[in-house]
Amino acid sequence: MDRIKKFFSTFLLFELLKGMAVTGRYLFKPKITVHFPEEKTPQSPRFRGLHALRRYPNGEERCIACKLCEAVCPAMAITIDSEQRADGTRRTTRYDIDLSKCIFCGFCEESCPVDSIVETRILEYHGEKRGDLIYTKEMLLAIGDRYEEQIAMDREADARYR
Amino acid sequence: MENIQQQFVTMFGTEWGAMLFSLASNMIFIFAIVIPLLLGVAYLTFAERKIIAYMQIRVGPNRVTFFGIPWLRGWGQPIADAVKAMMKEIIVPTGANKFLFILAPVLTIMPALAAWAVIPFSPELVLADINAGLLYILAMTSMGIYGIIIAGWASNSKYAFIGAMRSAAQVVSYELAMGFALVCVLMMSRSLNLGDIVNGQQGNSLLNWYLIPLFPMFLVYLISGVAETNRAPFDVAEGESEIVAGFHVDYSGMAFTVFFLAEYSNMILVATLTSIMFLGGWLPPVDMEPFTWIPGFIWLLLKIAFILFFFLWFRATFPRYRYDQIMRLGWKIFIPITLIWIVLLGSIMQLPESIRDTFPLNIWF
Repeated sequence: MDRIKKFFSTFLLFELLKGMAVTGRYLFKPKITVHFPEEKTPQSPRFRGLHALRRYPNGEERCIACKLCEAVCPAMAITIDSEQRADGTRRTTRYDIDLSKCIFCGFCEESCPVDSIVETRILEYHGEKRGDLIYTKEMLLAIGDRYEEQIAMDREADARYR
Repeated sequence: MENIQQQFVTMFGTEWGAMLFSLASNMIFIFAIVIPLLLGVAYLTFAERKIIAYMQIRVGPNRVTFFGIPWLRGWGQPIADAVKAMMKEIIVPTGANKFLFILAPVLTIMPALAAWAVIPFSPELVLADINAGLLYILAMTSMGIYGIIIAGWASNSKYAFIGAMRSAAQVVSYELAMGFALVCVLMMSRSLNLGDIVNGQQGNSLLNWYLIPLFPMFLVYLISGVAETNRAPFDVAEGESEIVAGFHVDYSGMAFTVFFLAEYSNMILVATLTSIMFLGGWLPPVDMEPFTWIPGFIWLLLKIAFILFFFLWFRATFPRYRYDQIMRLGWKIFIPITLIWIVLLGSIMQLPESIRDTFPLNIWF
């Protein structure tokens, strides 16, 4: 009996019509697409986007060239050179992140003892030619200066869970 | 028309005038069919992307407009795609047979466009009103497979070759079921002329269309048509997920676009033939005042659009058939059904008139 039933439901295309009814209903459902440049999805404070180097409120750069981030980076995207500055502190002379290698894992941010290297919420950046995505120390510091308010707020919001 | 013909005769003499006139008028007619057809193809791709997107709760292409007009958003997409395809390089792979490689897309699109010669758009509007119209259509749609086989062969690639073989086997199998379904239409209309087939469906309403007495044949024809044009769910010839793109895997730029055009104009052709043979072509659904105001040409277009919507709907709904399932459906299900229906129809038509008149509500036989 079951086989006869199955035969008729296949042969008379009931199965296919059921499927088409589903897609037919979906044709009139409200669309869930987010129209990107005009609309954006909410971001978490933990969002891992473009990197930045932060400064202390007095303007001194935080990075002490401990090279933990360079060591932890699984993609080996970070390159650091360091020297002793005239005042005796250890500072970087070179801090490059190759964003075309970076996998945005956030290990650099977690390894940093002074919260210097951070990942911001910025995701809309691009490079137009080869090498454009190698961000130097100056560029990273500039990003940090520009978005310091947002960065500080996000660290604050996440501080309880660290 | 008469005046222009007179002018041709006075300009070129009686022998050349008539010939040149028919040449010129036919050329104009051909362009009047092909250019709207290619535009239709372009916007069919747009409709396909939009409708499938809507069925997947997306919005589809909605950016490219003409002159920044906001309510035309998305409508520029097919034009932009065409321009992009024309800019691209046609790469001929090493080891490919160059002559056949270039010939294949031409051989594919040629029959797809040539078949339109016998399509009647309205009682008077037909390029070639030949009596063997349906045979011509069958011949032309079968020709298209040569282009696909040659493309698969000339590419010198195993994926392309597998795609071409699958496509050939599939089209040959479904041609049979399609042909038998059309034999039923022929038996009803007693003519191979497409115009006569439509006229045979003339009556008071849509109940006279061959859709009603030949409903199983309509389904068989529509499904075979989907299989003939290698559309989802019968797209094993292309099978993106298994043999990347089948027979046109090595084609790029305009050569690829020509295959694309051929596939979509074949889709429109199958939809047109379905509307002519089963949905009464240019006839309005009810032969009454408000419906007869709309010209037959528009009715035909509406019916074509309706069938095409089903093509897109199928694609959005059904997963791809396995290859042996396709063969099973074609040989073990469609051909027996059509054969039984032909015998049934033939015996009904051979019954004496006195018995046929006693059928309740009979308007067909």
